[in-house]
Amino acid sequence: MKILKAIAIAGVALTALSATASADMKIRIGTEGAYPPFNFKDASGKLQGFDIDIAKALCAEMKAECTFVAQDWDGIIPALLAKKYDAIVASMSITDERKKKVDFTDKYYSTPAKFIVDKKSGITKVDPESLKGKIIGTQGSTIHSNYLEDLYKGSTIKLYKTQDEANADLASGRLDAVLADSAVLLEWLKKKEGACCKFTGPGFNDPKYFGVGAGIAVRKGDDKLREGFNKAIAAILANGTYKKINDKYFPFNVY
Amino acid sequence: MDMELFIKYGPRILHGLWVTLELVGISLAIGAVLSLPIAMARLSKHKFLNAISYGYVYFFRGSPLIAQLYLVYYGAGQLRWELQDIGLWWFFRDAWYCTITVFALNTAAYQAEILRGGILGVPKGQLEAAQALGLKPLVTFFKITLPQAMVASLRPYGNEVILMIKGSAIASVVTIFDLMGETKLAFSRTFDLEVYFIAALLYLAVVEIIRFTWERMDNRLTRHLRPANE
Repeated sequence: MKILKAIAIAGVALTALSATASADMKIRIGTEGAYPPFNFKDASGKLQGFDIDIAKALCAEMKAECTFVAQDWDGIIPALLAKKYDAIVASMSITDERKKKVDFTDKYYSTPAKFIVDKKSGITKVDPESLKGKIIGTQGSTIHSNYLEDLYKGSTIKLYKTQDEANADLASGRLDAVLADSAVLLEWLKKKEGACCKFTGPGFNDPKYFGVGAGIAVRKGDDKLREGFNKAIAAILANGTYKKINDKYFPFNVY
Repeated sequence: MDMELFIKYGPRILHGLWVTLELVGISLAIGAVLSLPIAMARLSKHKFLNAISYGYVYFFRGSPLIAQLYLVYYGAGQLRWELQDIGLWWFFRDAWYCTITVFALNTAAYQAEILRGGILGVPKGQLEAAQALGLKPLVTFFKITLPQAMVASLRPYGNEVILMIKGSAIASVVTIFDLMGETKLAFSRTFDLEVYFIAALLYLAVVEIIRFTWERMDNRLTRHLRPANE
């Protein structure tokens, strides 16, 4: 009996130990890897970008060992729920619709959405009335696609799997306009392929559609991890690490 | 599935189903027309025709449909000015035309092979009999060989239709939202796995209708081959 009891206690202690160890020390992070400059794969296939650098800084702050997993955007929340990873750091906007399925940390950046159009198109206004009959592209399952489908009913909305594909179709003239995050579009406009196009109209940040910025998503009830991230976000904002990462990618403050 | 979801995404998914059927129907019809000359070229003794048709079939059967679609759609996007110069850009600008083109060319390769097999399967004796009756080669082909080849091809042809219906699910990568595209979109917004279940049921229903129709056609067209008392 005694031996059995000892084994049982040892077993419980061991599982408890390994449970805390794996929860505290190892975090698997899911990201898209197709959303430059926030997250993308470099020439050697390694994940890079603002999101990745922020996540690494947060992990360092939390003394956690983090590994990254690239996952297609439209499966990124289901894969979190299926425990393929523990957190999403992929420029995901904090919206009410998503909050039904996952919990979010505080925001770690927020940039407005903007339209880009062909320089020669002559499009100067981007309200629904002005873009009536035009073809607008954006990435599917994003806040931008919801916004367009709700408010730009007179336009044809084309949904793409990745932002780069939508941009490519604007450059080739298949689209009249593209709506997306301004920081992402800015990165593309700087490139050779983006030379065709320019920003038009104001920045959009209606919280009803665009949420309050991008946060880190965790599974519902994973409060310990969420709190850990929140503390770490506050810490890197305070100690200057955030600013360093910000300045590496952007000439303006994205927080 | 809860009602709200059904009201919001039900019509979109049904519309997706319609897009799938339209896409597959048109591609199959164009493919069928193209497959005849390709099959004949494959059977021809003319070296050049034979090589070209062999290469065509080899390419379209040997590479993934999704790669062909990407190649045409985004490839055309990069060749915009060249295409505009020769007046073809309006065609390649449209995702729908690009998809139909690729699907039709792809299924034409498969259909040509099916037809070729059917033609080769017609017994030699039939051709000798036609020759003995003094029928011209063209008449022999269209009145004797082709009808029998088509009966023999019916079953594999049904397989090709079903493969196309399932294969067409990749159209959503170039913004054509077919049944699969709408389903994925609904899932990515609701995270409700039931939408995939509904899509699977819809695909199943379509395939079952085709299977049933094919069985009836096959029964009818081959009744002269069965013993009279069966």
